[in-house]
Amino acid sequence: MADELILLDVHVSMFGMRVRVALAEKGIEYEYREENLANKSPLLLEMNPVHKKIPVLIHNGKPISESLIIVQYIDEVWTGKSPLLPSDPYQRAHARFWADFVDKKIFDAGRRIWTRKGEEQEAATKELIDALKLLEGELGEKAYFGGDKFGFVDMALITFYSWFYTYETCGNFSVEEHCPKLVAWAKRCMERESVSKSLADPKTVYEFVLMLKKKYGIE
Amino acid sequence: MSSSSTEVQLLGSGVSPFEWRIIWALKWKGVDFEFIQEDVSNKSSLLLEKNPVYKMIPVLIHGRNSVSESLIILEYIDETWKENPILPADPTERAHARFWAKFSEDKITEPIKQAFHCAGEKQAEGVKALGEGLDILEGKIRGKKFFGGDSFGYLDIVVGWISYWLHFNQEAAGYNVMDQERYPGIDQWMKNFLEVEIIKENLPPSDEMMSSYIMYREMSLAFLNSNNKSD
Repeated sequence: MADELILLDVHVSMFGMRVRVALAEKGIEYEYREENLANKSPLLLEMNPVHKKIPVLIHNGKPISESLIIVQYIDEVWTGKSPLLPSDPYQRAHARFWADFVDKKIFDAGRRIWTRKGEEQEAATKELIDALKLLEGELGEKAYFGGDKFGFVDMALITFYSWFYTYETCGNFSVEEHCPKLVAWAKRCMERESVSKSLADPKTVYEFVLMLKKKYGIE
Repeated sequence: MSSSSTEVQLLGSGVSPFEWRIIWALKWKGVDFEFIQEDVSNKSSLLLEKNPVYKMIPVLIHGRNSVSESLIILEYIDETWKENPILPADPTERAHARFWAKFSEDKITEPIKQAFHCAGEKQAEGVKALGEGLDILEGKIRGKKFFGGDSFGYLDIVVGWISYWLHFNQEAAGYNVMDQERYPGIDQWMKNFLEVEIIKENLPPSDEMMSSYIMYREMSLAFLNSNNKSD
């Protein structure tokens, strides 16, 4: 019996993009369904009743939620091709640590850059840059965070690249100025079809944010 | 890569419940380790070297490897020492276990921290959020002995700290959310948890915990007062 896979997602979500990249890396076919978060589908509410958030991967009727958990699930089910995590326990722990760091340090600071102004925005910008610098240090001279191969940490962070333009424009700074090696890494990742096809266009993300700002009266 | 028989050390404060997750996991697997006591108000060069990003305990040192963040350490332990598995073998069940572990960190651990470190409205907010998190957890555990059913495992190790530490937290910070009538399932599970052999034999002394938590609460209040804040 063929697998039935449905991905409930939002095009501009950096978390949803991670799942799209993972599925593309593995060459897995699935049905993509765009959610409207202002009007969530009954399926989303049924499949993620706890958080009511995307992304949700529904595999033969069974839901998996939380982007990094979904990526690990994909890696553990479709083992034949393109491993997303290393096989060595310490390398796996190391990859999980840095993916978790991205979750803890990038999203929230980024969000405050486009939702706040003045001192709060400046503080958020500094936080984001500091976190990106730390990540750049971890990357070092490697082609990818995983070494020679594109992997879990690359997947966790690259999707934020589509949001850099929004952060930079709202916060009036340049990521490349502070982290040139990280931007070079991002461009390298974008050469992979799985990434370039899965990431939203930065201008589309910015338009989305402008729409949200207008809707919620955020300057 | 180091072999499993290489020396294992755990850096901890002696007080934090999150390092006890690691102790329980190591004991469950029968792994010998050395506990190294850290003074978190005066961090050792070892801690700063082994966890330069967060500079926090617990840190597991296994030969040349050092692993931080308790949930990540638990998975490392499970993947390195294969006896007595902690996480389920089935990928769907593993994904669900990871989901609920993250849920407990976001919706139970974080509100407990807020309720403990804050006062006034901010504390009340934390207590309310904690109640809501426990409502969802109750639905998950009611009617089951452990989170995995009959077998003790990962989620019990992750969430189990509240069976012992929530009491000290509530007492010291002056709130009470653990209502047995609202949470009969959680109440029973906490009792089941504390009856498990490796848990019973591996808990810090309650009088030490109580006095530590009273002291930490006083420190939090002093900090809030010096900044004229409730958060």
